[in-house]
Amino acid sequence: MLELFLSLWSNWGDYTIRTVALGAAVLGVTSGVLGCYAVLRRQALLGDAMSHAALPGIVLAYLLFGTRDLGILLLGAAGAGWLAALLLLSITRHTHLKEDTVLGMLLSVFFGFGMVLLAFAQKQPTAAQAGLSRFLFGQAATVVERDVLTMAGIGALALVLVALFWKEFKLLSFDPDYAATLGLPVRLLDVGLTALIVVAVVVGLQMVGVVLMSAMLVAPAVAARQWTDRLGPMMLLAGIFGAGAGIVGAVLSASARGLSTGPMIVLSVSSIVLFSLLFAPRRGLVWRWFQTQRNARRLRFAMQHGDVPLSVPTAPPSDPLPDPRIAEQKGVSG
Amino acid sequence: MMYQPHQPHQPPPRPPAAPHAAVPAIAVSDLTVAYHEQPVLWDIDLHVPAGVLLAIVGPNGAGKTTLMKAMLGLVKPAAGQVAIFGGPYRQQRQRVGYVPQRGSVDWDFPTSVLDVVMMGRYGALGWFRRPGRNERDLAFTALQQVNMEAYAARQISQLSGGQQQRVFLARALVQAADIYLMDEPFQGVDAVTEHAIIELLRELRAQGKTVVVVHHDLQTVPEYFDWVTLLNVRRIAHGPMAEVFTEANLSHTYGGRTAAVPRR
Repeated sequence: MLELFLSLWSNWGDYTIRTVALGAAVLGVTSGVLGCYAVLRRQALLGDAMSHAALPGIVLAYLLFGTRDLGILLLGAAGAGWLAALLLLSITRHTHLKEDTVLGMLLSVFFGFGMVLLAFAQKQPTAAQAGLSRFLFGQAATVVERDVLTMAGIGALALVLVALFWKEFKLLSFDPDYAATLGLPVRLLDVGLTALIVVAVVVGLQMVGVVLMSAMLVAPAVAARQWTDRLGPMMLLAGIFGAGAGIVGAVLSASARGLSTGPMIVLSVSSIVLFSLLFAPRRGLVWRWFQTQRNARRLRFAMQHGDVPLSVPTAPPSDPLPDPRIAEQKGVSG
Repeated sequence: MMYQPHQPHQPPPRPPAAPHAAVPAIAVSDLTVAYHEQPVLWDIDLHVPAGVLLAIVGPNGAGKTTLMKAMLGLVKPAAGQVAIFGGPYRQQRQRVGYVPQRGSVDWDFPTSVLDVVMMGRYGALGWFRRPGRNERDLAFTALQQVNMEAYAARQISQLSGGQQQRVFLARALVQAADIYLMDEPFQGVDAVTEHAIIELLRELRAQGKTVVVVHHDLQTVPEYFDWVTLLNVRRIAHGPMAEVFTEANLSHTYGGRTAAVPRR
């Protein structure tokens, strides 16, 4: 890990490394922040469905416009992801199907269609299709400065919207019915927030790929939740975790040939999650285990020495053994 | 800027606090609500005068929560309408405070008690404005009314059921409404909280507010409330406690299976 940062530092002048690190940071911040909403609203799987659904959008955009321009391809991705999200909302509203059933269905239908289109595109004689498969698992080394600018523009827009609608999105995530009684346009906010999550997914596609992108939504938010009990700090931390994992994973994969970026980034962010689940104060497993042990030891000590903690109510004056006749009567009437 | 741009700047004039005022606080007429063709509420008519404590009582699946949600515009009726002080809910929402069921939210949400109470001001704040000192003060005062001010900075997951319920009550109080709709506020709370809530309800009535409560415990209905609606998909009976809360009506509401006969 230390070597990595040393090489990052000494190679900062290196164009590829710098571009890759910046792109990964942008992707990590965007998906980290918006992922908090996905996790808090229990829509973690939604990100998964949307990222898989983006594949046919990317390939269709390429087939229609014949370009590899990232902006155009991401527009296609966003269109397909958003279509999947809208389908999900309307199918769950108008049928008896459960949300997870519909998610699983949409995910595989869109992804399958995307794979068919991808195979078709790869049979084309033009050389331009060569880069399309990088959207499966991501390839940081293919990211150029223009791509980073595109990603940063989209990501910044999403973050500004999060700041503008801060209290509305918070209330929508905590208590949507109550938000509706206050007059918030809940349906509209819901669609808007879902669109922002699509944006976060789309920003990371080139680096992480459609298959693993949902981890970038879920993992930083889950890790951040371990360290704080407030939404603002949680988002800040999730952004930092996302950016950190993005940079580490992307630089690792760019520094060696043939390493897909998605898996490297996901491994980095998973280690942050593992560490947080184990060692975070109060919520961490290890911390809680030590706390339980210590409390039990203190209570045993107090009992042996007759120190009753203040929170324990005073005992009734000690009775002789209960009168058997009363016990009998209770037994009869009860 | 309000969420509803057409809202008049000044709230409409308050009605007289006396019961049986000319304009009912809540008027439900011909209300039918259905989920997937199955009627949950059938042709409900209710007039709730301002200044009463009304209990909505009925067996499970009677449509009590649905009736409350229909009053709040959360459920779209198949037929009929609800008027709040003579107007549609969306124009009167500043005058209605809502206390949803405690179990309807995730209490592990990363936020503090004071923050949840401040949510009651979001409607009055409108777009793009953050809650500030004023909202903080109002929220703290509301927490004092439910004896929860010591918990203002707590993470909400550290609260007991009764404390959660009181936080939701404070969130509605901070709306400074004229009508309060509460969905099972006594559900699963201890005796201390139950007592605190009933004191609060009486205080609200003394201020001329109208309070509608979905309630489960038949034993306490005559003691806590002065009006009652007996509901089982249809309106079985509705009116002042003495006229309506009779054994015959209850047996009709519960299909002859009343476990608890009212102590009168």
